[in-house]
Amino acid sequence: MTGVELEGRVLVGGAGAGSVLRLEEPLSFWGGVDPVTGRIIDRRHPRCGASVAGRVLVMPYGRGSSSSSSVLLEGVRLGTAPAAVVLRELDGILALGAAVARELYERSPPVVVLAAADWDALREGAEVSVDVNGRLRNAG
Amino acid sequence: MAAANTLDTVELTERDRAMLAGELGEAAAVAMRILVTMAGVYGAERLLDIEGAHIDGCLYHGDSGVDFADLLVAGGARVRVPTTLNVGGLDLLHPEEFAGTAERRAKALRLMECYEEMGCRTIWTCAPYQTTPRPAFGQQVAWAESNAIVFANSVLGARTHRYGDFIDICAAITGRAPAVGLHLEENRRGQVVFDLRSLPHAFRSASWLLPAIGYLVGERCGNRVPVLLGLQEANEDGLKALGAAAASSGAVALFHAVGITPEAPTLEAALGGKDAEEWIEIGVSDLRAGLRSLSTVPGMGEAAGGGPHGEGLTIDVVALGSPHFSPREFAELLPLVERHPPAGSVEFVVCTNRLSLGHLEQSGGLERLRALGVRVVVDTCVVVAPILRTAAGGVLMTNSGKFAHYAPGNVGFDVVFGSLAECVRSAQAGRLWRDPELWP
Repeated sequence: MTGVELEGRVLVGGAGAGSVLRLEEPLSFWGGVDPVTGRIIDRRHPRCGASVAGRVLVMPYGRGSSSSSSVLLEGVRLGTAPAAVVLRELDGILALGAAVARELYERSPPVVVLAAADWDALREGAEVSVDVNGRLRNAG
Repeated sequence: MAAANTLDTVELTERDRAMLAGELGEAAAVAMRILVTMAGVYGAERLLDIEGAHIDGCLYHGDSGVDFADLLVAGGARVRVPTTLNVGGLDLLHPEEFAGTAERRAKALRLMECYEEMGCRTIWTCAPYQTTPRPAFGQQVAWAESNAIVFANSVLGARTHRYGDFIDICAAITGRAPAVGLHLEENRRGQVVFDLRSLPHAFRSASWLLPAIGYLVGERCGNRVPVLLGLQEANEDGLKALGAAAASSGAVALFHAVGITPEAPTLEAALGGKDAEEWIEIGVSDLRAGLRSLSTVPGMGEAAGGGPHGEGLTIDVVALGSPHFSPREFAELLPLVERHPPAGSVEFVVCTNRLSLGHLEQSGGLERLRALGVRVVVDTCVVVAPILRTAAGGVLMTNSGKFAHYAPGNVGFDVVFGSLAECVRSAQAGRLWRDPELWP
């Protein structure tokens, strides 16, 4: 994604920037992320041990428990949430956590869905910013 | 705000707008605002009426959940449809079971009280479908809790989308939900066929294997609707175990089992008259892989504890009841435990709800289980609350696909999956016991 701008569908708007944490496998936040540290704790997940805090979290979609919205919300409260969430498929449960965070704390990571080809173009470690209109720019 | 954008795209009734404007109280306004945002997320054109709700948000995950419930209670929230509650963070009947800090206990309790104050029924169970009344076929509801969602849709034929914490109570407070996803007929048809017909008959009718089948279905079908072809004789407890496992490894919110579940009298009906998007043959080797992924102990299936299936491995905890144990499951457990009482070195816990506990108490089963060293916990469960007394880092054995999936991350145990009888015999021996007849 060098210099290229990508445009996604905004599920929950906001702005955020950080380096890409790219998960090829879906992740359930509940049982999968520790909101206190922001680390991935699902031992079956290939990226177990990585931290989502402040990252542009790129993953295909969420999976598993409906409590994942709570874990994202708690992450927002504690400052361990991702800077942005970039999905390939719609995920209502993560969007909900972000929507409630806005009601309650007046801040949340943006949650954006990209077309599959665009989503594929995001590379691990790339510095990316997401704006309120769902545009992704290379910030590195 | 996203809500402002979606106001233009989601068709709202006069009453919806009145709620949004705060005419029915501040809590209803917050709830409607979140619902409208989510309707926009899902691309819904309108909201629909629901006739019931099941709430997952009453489980303490951190202070933010309490902040949200407090906000609603302060805004005068009352549920407008019959609403039940999922597990909380405490066993209210047996407070001594809680091993967490006083601060966490106080917060978990406050959260449970908030939902009670909003008018929800305090059944505190992840198996609300095994209490009464339960949703009727075709009824629109808003349910949270992944295993309850999949059961309501698949086994009862009720209609709920895959909801989570917060939107569940918003739906209950407003009596509305986005008209989207599994609420709508056209999204309920099966997409991926899992063909089990080449498995030996004994495996297709073995209830203990249903979590393994569910687990591999969830892993492979992601968020599409699976159709199971060739499943035999599964009762409701078997279907609940299968669904819970599928909703743990994948985002499964509805499955069809041909000849068993109500929307799948035939394969054609399950597929809604269309062709399957994908057809997956499940053989014995797939089943073995499903069983392997339910255990985390390194070398399981090879030579971990000496035997080919890990026999001999030290077992520290046996945990049953995710989803919550039913009276029928207790009836199966009791004679097994009486024949093979757990060793003192093994912590043996069963999670259930108050309805099952009542049956168990009346039949004298509770007293017998307790005398044999089995703890029965209600209102909560061991992977969501600090209940286990054994220090993390040991090995937990279970017959539940959901416990097997979540115990490592949530409570820090390695897990071994097995049949109910294997769990009981292993607890007696303090070491993993495998039934040589069972293992494929």
